[in-house]
Amino acid sequence: MKRRNFLGLMGAAGVSAALPTKAQAGGNVHFEGYPGSKGVLFDATRCIGCRKCEIGCNEVNNLPKPEKPFTDLSVLDTPRRTETDSYTVVNKYEQEGGAPVYRKIQCMHCLEPSSASACFVAAFSKQSSGAVTYDESVCVGCRYCMIACPFEIPTYSYNDPITPKVIKCDLCDANIKAGKISVPGCVNSCPKEALVYGERDELIKIARRRIESFPEKYIDHIYGEKEVGGTSWLFISGVPFSQIGLREDLGVASGPELNSGPLSVVAMVPALWPLLLAGVYGVTKRTDKINQQEKADAVAQAITETQDKARDDMKAAMERAANDKEATVKREVAKALEEAAKAAEEGDGEKEEEGA
Amino acid sequence: MTTETVSKKSLLTPFNVIAGLILLMGAALTVWRFGWGIGAVTNLDNNNPWGLWIGFDLLCGVVLAAGGFVTSSAVYLFGMKKHHAAVRPAILTAFLGYLFVVVALQYDLGRPWRLPYPFVVQSGTTSMLFEVGLCVALYLTVLFLEFSPAALEWLGYKRLRNLIHKTTIALTIFGVVLSTLHQSSLGALYIIAPSKLHPLWYSTYLPTFFFVSAIAAGMSMVMLEGWITHKPMHSKMSEEYLAQHDDLYYGFAKGASFVLLGYFFIKVIGIAVDNEWSMLGTGWGQWFLFELLGFVLLPSFLYAIGAREKNLKLIRWTALLTVLGIVLNRLNVSVIAFNWHLPSEMRYVPSWQEIGVTLFVCTMLVVTFKFIATKMPIFYDHPEYKDEH
Repeated sequence: MKRRNFLGLMGAAGVSAALPTKAQAGGNVHFEGYPGSKGVLFDATRCIGCRKCEIGCNEVNNLPKPEKPFTDLSVLDTPRRTETDSYTVVNKYEQEGGAPVYRKIQCMHCLEPSSASACFVAAFSKQSSGAVTYDESVCVGCRYCMIACPFEIPTYSYNDPITPKVIKCDLCDANIKAGKISVPGCVNSCPKEALVYGERDELIKIARRRIESFPEKYIDHIYGEKEVGGTSWLFISGVPFSQIGLREDLGVASGPELNSGPLSVVAMVPALWPLLLAGVYGVTKRTDKINQQEKADAVAQAITETQDKARDDMKAAMERAANDKEATVKREVAKALEEAAKAAEEGDGEKEEEGA
Repeated sequence: MTTETVSKKSLLTPFNVIAGLILLMGAALTVWRFGWGIGAVTNLDNNNPWGLWIGFDLLCGVVLAAGGFVTSSAVYLFGMKKHHAAVRPAILTAFLGYLFVVVALQYDLGRPWRLPYPFVVQSGTTSMLFEVGLCVALYLTVLFLEFSPAALEWLGYKRLRNLIHKTTIALTIFGVVLSTLHQSSLGALYIIAPSKLHPLWYSTYLPTFFFVSAIAAGMSMVMLEGWITHKPMHSKMSEEYLAQHDDLYYGFAKGASFVLLGYFFIKVIGIAVDNEWSMLGTGWGQWFLFELLGFVLLPSFLYAIGAREKNLKLIRWTALLTVLGIVLNRLNVSVIAFNWHLPSEMRYVPSWQEIGVTLFVCTMLVVTFKFIATKMPIFYDHPEYKDEH
């Protein structure tokens, strides 16, 4: 769980630099599963579709009895998937020009589960035993795990209004830890040894040995060794895996690996966005201020110019007025003098008349 | 919708009657959903754990509420100050949008009362959904604070209102950060499921697609709402709001045109990077092109023409086209092109009850919006705070 926790911390708080743990998401360290963790090898060439594994699972996990009994093999004619009351099912795959091949479906118990990577309350855990377990007590019921699971394994008890939960195979982890059983119920009840329970590393060796010993019998591939980062369940088959319902287009990237890209960006946004936005705000404000200053300057200049002009005009007007006044005074004086002279002349004339 | 005077006279307006019936149906569906479980009312199953309630109510709800951060950042951070009057309607819509996204989520979650668990009981910090949840929770708080001055003015709490008003810039920046994160993270939710989402829609650029399209969606929603509310809310709209209204359309249309063009380019890059050209010839490819050309490139051109010719009518219809395109995109990612590999009989189609609940939640949103916009200073400035911009 270290790796996922680490990724999460990095995503949530951007503290990658402060952590002493190795950065596995972006680095070159590859998680290959807990050492000694257990898994199951399924050999499709050995499975006869007897549904005994379904019985074993049903009993060990105290699941409700199915409508049609497990001995009814006509059930195999329609493809099935895991359901809330069946953690595992066997499907029959008709092959062109050959006998049908059977394949068991259950939780693959990924080394780095997408469901665990997707869960926002960390309800899923990859146990060191190999099992991927689910903790109902924290589950909110968002069902993102079901979206994330590439094998479409988790089911949900939709019809329960109060305590709906995710239901899936736990590799009998609880029962084994409680000491009730030592191998998973399905493995225990297989009559054909199509299922082998053991350390995953050992199972890979067994699978290789079988493929090498009977190269004409097997496809040279161990399904689950690399798929989606590796799974604790491993499959070998005589027909291409896509013909027994195992998708071959899932790739080798695990869920956490796929998520690490977007998660790594998360911390950058709160770190850099405020700087950028505050910068934009600052620039906008400064532009406003400069504009305002320029406007104010322009206005001030206009006012000064207008005032100067007004003063000049006033001065000119005053001068003109002063000149006018002077001229008027002169004219008036001249006029008065003229009149006085005239009057004097007339006075002389009168006197002359009086004297005659 | 009706005018204020009519609704005062009689409650039996067409709007009220239809809304009332939907609310009644919603109440019944609520009892059904919580009394009998998700299975009783939905077509969800083990192959299709997410349906309409996530695809529409959550994904579309969040993206269509992007108008809040787009408008507030345009006005407060990017200097489009003169469109100040458009901020409050956008913030209110965003706040109610997110609020009702959370309400709708209660129906979809198996145990909704545990919604705070990721933050108080056990955190799954590796989950993109944790990121979405945290950001949505924080952003809802931010939107509440951004909206609160309107409510406080209405209530007359002057000091508190002024205190919050002072934090406008900080809240806006925080809002953009949170929106960037969760809008993109909603796209990132699907990064973990490359084997289920059709390759034409799946891309490692999904977060970028979601974020960029959210900006276009936000702008378009602001214009679309302006259009829808114009008549019923006209009596509540200030002269300032109405005066700058057309100008806002031209500005936003121009912006949205560019954003959509950028979105178109990055979508094409998404196809190029994964070399999926050959898929464009398939049926899915035609559906993809229908979305990309008809609902991204076309509105980009129409917006450009509308802004250039100052054609308000064209801009409004283009806003509707864009919004429909974004809804189509989110439904494609979450429902239509999701699980495309499953045989048709295993594909999901929403039940009438799911559609009913969605309709119910949308109606609650509209009714709440109408109530608040009628009572509080949303489309106009409160007389006491008129000159504070």
